[in-house]
Amino acid sequence: MSAKTQRFPRFDRLERVVHWCNATLFLILLFTGASLYAGPLSTIVAHRHAVKTIHVYAGLLLPLPLLLGLLLPAGRQLRRDVGRFNRWTLDDRRWWSRRTRASAQLGKFNPGQKLNAVFVGASIVLMLATGSIMRWFEPFPNSIRTGATFVHDWVFIVLIFVIVGHIMFAFADFDSLRSMVRGWVPEQWARRERPRWWAEVVAARSEPEPSDGATGDVEAGRDEGVGKARVGAGEMPVGD
Amino acid sequence: MTDAGSPIGRRVFLGLIGAGAAGVLVGSRVQDFLASHTPKALSLLPLGDHFRFYTVTDGFPKRAPQDYRLTVKGLVERPFTMTYDELRAMPPTMLTKDFQCVTGWRVPGVHWTGVKLGDLLDKAGVQTAGKALRFTSFDGTYTESLTLAQARRNDVIVAYDLEGKPLSSDHGGPARLYVAPMYGYKSCKWLDGIEVVDHVIPGFWENEGYDVDGWVGLSNGRDDQPTSS
Repeated sequence: MSAKTQRFPRFDRLERVVHWCNATLFLILLFTGASLYAGPLSTIVAHRHAVKTIHVYAGLLLPLPLLLGLLLPAGRQLRRDVGRFNRWTLDDRRWWSRRTRASAQLGKFNPGQKLNAVFVGASIVLMLATGSIMRWFEPFPNSIRTGATFVHDWVFIVLIFVIVGHIMFAFADFDSLRSMVRGWVPEQWARRERPRWWAEVVAARSEPEPSDGATGDVEAGRDEGVGKARVGAGEMPVGD
Repeated sequence: MTDAGSPIGRRVFLGLIGAGAAGVLVGSRVQDFLASHTPKALSLLPLGDHFRFYTVTDGFPKRAPQDYRLTVKGLVERPFTMTYDELRAMPPTMLTKDFQCVTGWRVPGVHWTGVKLGDLLDKAGVQTAGKALRFTSFDGTYTESLTLAQARRNDVIVAYDLEGKPLSSDHGGPARLYVAPMYGYKSCKWLDGIEVVDHVIPGFWENEGYDVDGWVGLSNGRDDQPTSS
């Protein structure tokens, strides 16, 4: 490898915008939600009515970044990455165990990231649905209102741990964290940490005419003027 | 060949949505079970069994006990204003009851100490024209109402201690109304005025749409277990 860092595109601009919109809304919701929920905090913040209004509006906005991203034509790579969250390979299974982790040839995301994405996605649906029942409760019987509050509270507790964990893991891998800001990882990182994904992208690059849809990563790379590295097929670490 | 993987992400996603839907349907029963089978130390967990603090103004009004005054006036023979120490010097009444909020949470077995509202009314001497009470709060906004018959119940007190400790500002201290058989909103916090009037004047929360006669389990379209018989 050359000494100069080769930029290897990971997240396109739309994905990064969706991520940071989501992150901002989640933080607003967690903070306003915590101050509506926890006694000690709620007595410090106290402006309950204003806090409640912010919480409700932020909650209603929450699904929009992801939905828009998925529906817009520019969301091709986002749609593809959501597909990646869905597919769990045998290598993913190997990754969970410390003993077999080293031999796992990962794709673009590790299984923890997939689980995180799936949980956050499901929590958007759950929090929006239960929050709506709590806010517009008139048509619902008591037990449903209590049940909705119960689910909203528990998902909130789990989300705190998931989000704190997400942030800690991000800071533990600075190249990965920075790719959510600037869009690329060093190519060595991709080769080392996500060999299957690295091979996929490199293989797609060497195809003469990229077909629609399947090469989102490469196109994104060209958009940003990065990703010029060419590697021969013989160097690909994945042989199966 | 590349391993395309199994669509486990989708299954986990749908499983979570399904678990959430089930939680909405049976959550109230699960919560009742958990609340009666977990130690109080875990009370920060979302079991629906701890106080949530509401205030009708922007903030929690603070008043030191030495600055606190309670006034009883209106259709009475002997209107008076008493200090915090004078209130505490009156014969105490202790109640241990569940506290039920109209929004759903319920705190089991809360221990209150205070003075029977009926004793304060006797001290002032209600005129025959007096039919109802109007309560005011030193937050300047919160008001409440009771009929005279409701006010004379033995489980209606002006509370100054909670769990054996002086009532904090968050809970409505130095003194608040505590109407054991009714939803929490009837128990006017930061109480500083009791006025005997000739008809019920709906208070703050009643103007927001809650029932004037806020009996637990018999009002506001709810069917909670009564908190006090």
